[in-house]
Amino acid sequence: MTLLLVAMGLTALGGLCALAAGRRPRAATAFGVGSAAAGSALGLYAALGALLSGAGRPLAGAPQWSMPGGSLSLELDALSAFFLIPTLLLSGLAAVYGGEYLAAWRGRKNLGAAWFSFNLLVVSMALVMVARNAVLFLLAWEAMALSSFFLVAFEAGKPGVRRSAWVYMVATHLGTACLLAMFAVLGSRAGSFEFEAMGRAAQLSPALAGLAFVLALLGFGTKAGFMPLHVWLPEAHPAAPSHVSAVMSGVMIKTGIYGLVRLLAMIGPPPAWWGWTLVAVGATSGILGVLFALAQHDLKRLLAYHSVENIGIIALGLGLGLLGVSLNLPALAVLGFAGGLLHVLNHAIFKGLLFLGAGSVLHATGTREIDHLGGLLKRMPQTGAAFLVGAAAISGLPPLNGFTSEFLIYLGAFRATAADGGTIPAAVPAVMAIAALALIGGLAAACFTKAFGIVFLGEARSARCESAHEPGLSMRLPMLVLAAGCAAIGLCPLPVVRAMGPVIEPLAGPAASKVGGELAAAGGMLLAITIGAGLCLALVALLALLRLRLLAGRPVEETVTWDCGYARPTARMQYTASSFAQPLSALFRIFLGTREKLRAPEGLFPSAAGLATETPDACERGLFRPAFGGLAWLFSRLRVLQQGRVQLYVLYVVLTLLALLVWKLG
Amino acid sequence: MNGSLPIEAVLVLLVITDLLLLGSSRFRTCIRVVAVQGLALGLLPVLLHGAEAPARAWGLAGASMLLKGAVFPLLLLRVLRDTGARREVEPYVGYTLSILGGVGALVFSLWVGSRLELPGTALTGSSLMVPAGLATLLIGLFLIASRRNALSQVLGYIVVENGIYTFGVALVGGVPMLVELGVLMDAFVAVFIMSIAAYHISREFDHIEVDRLDRLRG
Repeated sequence: MTLLLVAMGLTALGGLCALAAGRRPRAATAFGVGSAAAGSALGLYAALGALLSGAGRPLAGAPQWSMPGGSLSLELDALSAFFLIPTLLLSGLAAVYGGEYLAAWRGRKNLGAAWFSFNLLVVSMALVMVARNAVLFLLAWEAMALSSFFLVAFEAGKPGVRRSAWVYMVATHLGTACLLAMFAVLGSRAGSFEFEAMGRAAQLSPALAGLAFVLALLGFGTKAGFMPLHVWLPEAHPAAPSHVSAVMSGVMIKTGIYGLVRLLAMIGPPPAWWGWTLVAVGATSGILGVLFALAQHDLKRLLAYHSVENIGIIALGLGLGLLGVSLNLPALAVLGFAGGLLHVLNHAIFKGLLFLGAGSVLHATGTREIDHLGGLLKRMPQTGAAFLVGAAAISGLPPLNGFTSEFLIYLGAFRATAADGGTIPAAVPAVMAIAALALIGGLAAACFTKAFGIVFLGEARSARCESAHEPGLSMRLPMLVLAAGCAAIGLCPLPVVRAMGPVIEPLAGPAASKVGGELAAAGGMLLAITIGAGLCLALVALLALLRLRLLAGRPVEETVTWDCGYARPTARMQYTASSFAQPLSALFRIFLGTREKLRAPEGLFPSAAGLATETPDACERGLFRPAFGGLAWLFSRLRVLQQGRVQLYVLYVVLTLLALLVWKLG
Repeated sequence: MNGSLPIEAVLVLLVITDLLLLGSSRFRTCIRVVAVQGLALGLLPVLLHGAEAPARAWGLAGASMLLKGAVFPLLLLRVLRDTGARREVEPYVGYTLSILGGVGALVFSLWVGSRLELPGTALTGSSLMVPAGLATLLIGLFLIASRRNALSQVLGYIVVENGIYTFGVALVGGVPMLVELGVLMDAFVAVFIMSIAAYHISREFDHIEVDRLDRLRG
């Protein structure tokens, strides 16, 4: 714990130094990157130690704090440590990456301020995960929101970026409002804002516990990006610099999941409807998230929608876990929670990797439009290979890490439908989850085939694409490390799955004693599948080798692909992202509401033709825009009160005071 | 308490001056009425202690009376002369209605005084002190809200301060000297600044009508 505090202090100090260095970009970058990377490495060591040793360690002798209701109580238990690991890992790597990525803005932007915000974001995320007092937690939560807001607004001069930043700001504050209400409910029952006291307080009545759960679902769900509340993700993630997108999408949204899980561990046995709700939310977010991703042609926006999808998968796992606890099905509880939480780690790794990869593409070509890219694998082989690993992992293919966590959820759901469950209340959501996961997996694979295929395969569609080149080592290294992480967790799932034991024990309730056994059994099955997948890969490699041997010594030449009878095919005749996704997006048109503007070719020798598609967010258009429009109208009515006369304002004050006095005395 | 008769006389004077303020149309009268009110209130701490009033009570009474009875009125009269503001107070609400409102405030204060449970049972002086203080407070706020001229607002502010003062004396008996001095100091600085501000407003805009200052809003 002390080590972690030292790490956080180091990072914060480095941020301050960067701010002080201000407009001397090299010094600011050195301070920011150095302290963030060193602090993250140190903190990672502390968190790993805490996770492996198990027991939670409150900070002894926490100093007093004059904040009313607040205290500086911190604790590093298994759950905190588990969330800290991806947070610090990805933050450190993103810092290394960002050093080179932001170099292009040297002299044009205040990099000191950017690094200060970045380091503050890292520190506040870590603080959110170790805080054990509601006031401290909310302060860290707000610091996190503010620092990331400034990072999103980094390129505030570009059109649309400010709007994205404001959308993010409004969304995160609406979420915080729900959290305030939730902590007020819990705190008033417990008589203290200490998490420990809240957990110890007498059981909440079902209605009150339900209220707290719903508020947490709204508040934490806004940060995490559950479906109707996700609107800020596809706005903010593309707008932010890529290493920040990686941190925000990979780990910052997970603080929402962390908060939800922390609350669930705190407020006692869950009723079945909580599980139902989470499964429904998860299925909706997952399926719609991946569908919207499929319809995008902005690479980073596509990745942002995939975050919604993966948060959905995590919610599915947690929902099944809750159902398992409330229906007393140990296998479902253990595997659901383990799968959901492990997916937090996995998603952090592969989504971080994908965003960094997208950043490298953006860095090299200057565009995020998928349809303007192409053929990058030849020019950026390492970035392309890393991106491919991430794409396969996010599609849930063995033997990579995305498969590991999704498999645990599948396994839990199947166990609930058949062997030891078999009851309707467990089987129906389990089948729902299986169907949703299968659909999500298939669509995700389609979507990343599109993303990888259009961006990295084929021929370059623009001049900048043709002259693209691999970024420097400090940008490639983080991607390669993350890609290796994807493969490592996928290939050696056993130690990872076993380390999940202490993390889910406090959640599993009555099933806590069976955690080890269930995980070991699941790990065994995983190992078998991994070996199978490894054999398949070996077979493919063998075949490739064989092909190489057979072709050796024979002339091999390259030629253009089949060109439909055109004499001179150009790169623009390739499949585009929209055309690749068209069959699927046409199938799900009813959900997507894609707008098409088609100028069909006319006559025998058509000259100009065009097709533009746009898929605006259905929730934003159909839900939030009317709602906020209504609010704006309502508040404009209140202008009647604002006459600009001093006397009237005094009168308002007097009347309010009198009304309060009468109310108090009456 | 023995000496409650003079105290009640002061309180009655307080209420009468309040009503007079609501009913009078001329600034000079208003300023003088406020001066009288300040003089009367200055006596309160001395009266509370009776014959054996300590020297510091006398000192406070002297300071308070000097400020409220002489310094404030002279300051305000000077501002009135320098700014050339109109001599009438120009209320939004007519004089008769204002007085009726003042009586309403008095009734309300009496009701509140009967219901209000104050911390510490030992109320000093008369049972009328809380209602009188509250009524003065409300009437002062009413003056601020219902008159156009910035000078009226300064007067209203002084009346509010008088109300708070009365209330405070009722609550703790002999208010600790430090607090009392602080309040006096506050009021003095506030009136000083407001007079200067009124003077500058009139220099800038050729008038000190608050209701016309809304042109400034964006």
